[in-house]
Amino acid sequence: MMKSKLFWPIIVLVLILLINLFFDKSFFSIEVRNGHLAGSLIDILNRGAPLILISIGMTLVIATKGIDLGVGSVIAMAGAVGAMTVSGASGDSLVPLFMAIAFVIGISLLTGVWNGVLVSHIGVQPIVATLILMVAGRGVAQLITDGQIMTVYYDPYTFIGGGYLFMIPFSIFIVAAVLAIASFLTRKTAIGLFIESVGANPEASRLSGINSKNILLMVYMFSGLCAGIAGLILSSNVASADGNNAGLWYELDAILAVVIGGTSLNGGRFYLMGTVIGALIIQSLTTTIYSIGIAPEINLVVKAVVVLIVCLLQSPEFRKKLTNYFPARKTAKKSEGVTL
Amino acid sequence: MNKLHLDSKQLPLIATISLFILMYLFGSLRYTGFFSTQVFLNLFIDNAFLIVVAVGMTFVILSGGIDLSVGSVIALTSMVAASLTMNAQLSPWLVVPISLLVGTILGFGMGCLIHFFNLQPFIVTLAGMFLARGLSYLISVETISIDSPFFSFMASTRIPIGGGNFISISVIIALIVVLAAIYIAHFSKYGRNIYAIGGNEQSALLMGLPVGRTKIMIYTVSGFCASLAGLIFTFYMLSGYGLHANGLELDTIAAVVIGGTLLTGGAGYVAGSVVGVLILGIIQTVIVFEGTLSSWWTKIAIGVLLLLFIVLQRVIVIRSKTNKSAVTTH
Repeated sequence: MMKSKLFWPIIVLVLILLINLFFDKSFFSIEVRNGHLAGSLIDILNRGAPLILISIGMTLVIATKGIDLGVGSVIAMAGAVGAMTVSGASGDSLVPLFMAIAFVIGISLLTGVWNGVLVSHIGVQPIVATLILMVAGRGVAQLITDGQIMTVYYDPYTFIGGGYLFMIPFSIFIVAAVLAIASFLTRKTAIGLFIESVGANPEASRLSGINSKNILLMVYMFSGLCAGIAGLILSSNVASADGNNAGLWYELDAILAVVIGGTSLNGGRFYLMGTVIGALIIQSLTTTIYSIGIAPEINLVVKAVVVLIVCLLQSPEFRKKLTNYFPARKTAKKSEGVTL
Repeated sequence: MNKLHLDSKQLPLIATISLFILMYLFGSLRYTGFFSTQVFLNLFIDNAFLIVVAVGMTFVILSGGIDLSVGSVIALTSMVAASLTMNAQLSPWLVVPISLLVGTILGFGMGCLIHFFNLQPFIVTLAGMFLARGLSYLISVETISIDSPFFSFMASTRIPIGGGNFISISVIIALIVVLAAIYIAHFSKYGRNIYAIGGNEQSALLMGLPVGRTKIMIYTVSGFCASLAGLIFTFYMLSGYGLHANGLELDTIAAVVIGGTLLTGGAGYVAGSVVGVLILGIIQTVIVFEGTLSSWWTKIAIGVLLLLFIVLQRVIVIRSKTNKSAVTTH
């Protein structure tokens, strides 16, 4: 079942990568440069790391039939807090670095609690509840940085988003760790099942003994945490914090990645691997557009078309119309909707 | 009983209007020169385009949907109008209708996708947002400033309304849109269909209301309003630019929510959204008058207001629910 959901996203990803190969023969080659691995594929993974992280958090939120619009602002706030903590630091002491990480994790969990309490305990619609943070969070981020772009002159801070471990960008390890933890918790423990059941029917889940409210709270906290770590990576990568522009429109890209990955906005089911592939599709699309020399402005148009195609392919009504045109394919559609 | 029910539905609107009066009084007491007719009229002049978008958005939200594309449509319209005027040298008689068609067609397309393929309005209008923003960049990545007699006339004409005060043509357009929208929403069959769909789409369908047609119309109207707002915005800025009105969809949604429309659909007033826009405007005016406050306080203030109104809405919904269950158990 998993295979059928992942099939189309993987095909699209492979197609995009092959288009690159057509324009650049050395696209798939990975070489050792300056003591670490370099190449377009590594680049896509490295640059895509923040988006993948946020999308993982967003997947769980969307699985509960929610949505988290605040992640872009959380990125900005996390970057601002991180940069501010280490702004006075210099030299090799690692204490400021760990303080920055602790503060970022703290504030991102706090934003998660804020969204989660609004959605679960006060019962506000997720779009609206998280809209507050989307609008106000960026203001808070600008308040922290005082409207300026804050520059960091503290080398250990840049390791998180720009450093290398075992020749591979460090951010890839962070993503791998978060993905591993999320997959383990949702697929090897009952949490995944709880999340899906809350998404399918919160009332029925509550009656069957699941603490729906706490599940919702937890999911939003996880999403906030992912966004915070992503903000730390982004701000560390450029060694600065920009309250106004950091993480702008990331929430929309993340939602796209989740939808492309096969998770329905109606909740009840989620596919973490699909999301990762969705995020990689978005990132490689961006890289492709830059590398084959199309004007970067077209990026948005291409994205719009890709979203529409993916959504149409997932719409039962559209599939029905398609199968009416091609009656021979009807039999293949029988096994829909029993995935778990 | 019936009267009490009505009151609880009007409560957000009453709260909004009182808040506006309070903020205006606060500004008048704190700053000299704040309490003048022109400052009040400037709220309309500076926010005429936002009023028009908010009216379109009110219909969408009343029906239980959402339209994220409006900001980008404003940018695209300003770009189309600017490039047709400056690069193609077309007469305004052609430029205006073509510009108005831009958003209308986009809105119609999005409405069709939402209805025929049962896609989520959120995702479809998100794609519309990307598409419109991308298309305006395709026209040009640079600002196109407009230098045409028609646009200058629309931009600079001041209509005196006595006492040395004036309004702009944009305000007249916005007021006409608001009046038309109030008529449609509260006195026409189409308006009742929108409320019915927002209340419960399934029931509306079973009642035999034209759900599909109404939904497509709603998004078309919202697209048209966004385009009209784009034109007003172009008069205001006298330029076309792909980054115009960036993030405006959020301000619009905030204005509609502050104006008392329930985001679940089915309840709200067009007039409320207008007051919502005026509240956003007054926040900005206060920050300008204060002088020392930085612009990001606007965002924080809007966020706080959103929180207040959303919690108020929740309280109302919960109260009306308990009222209903009280009625059924008795």
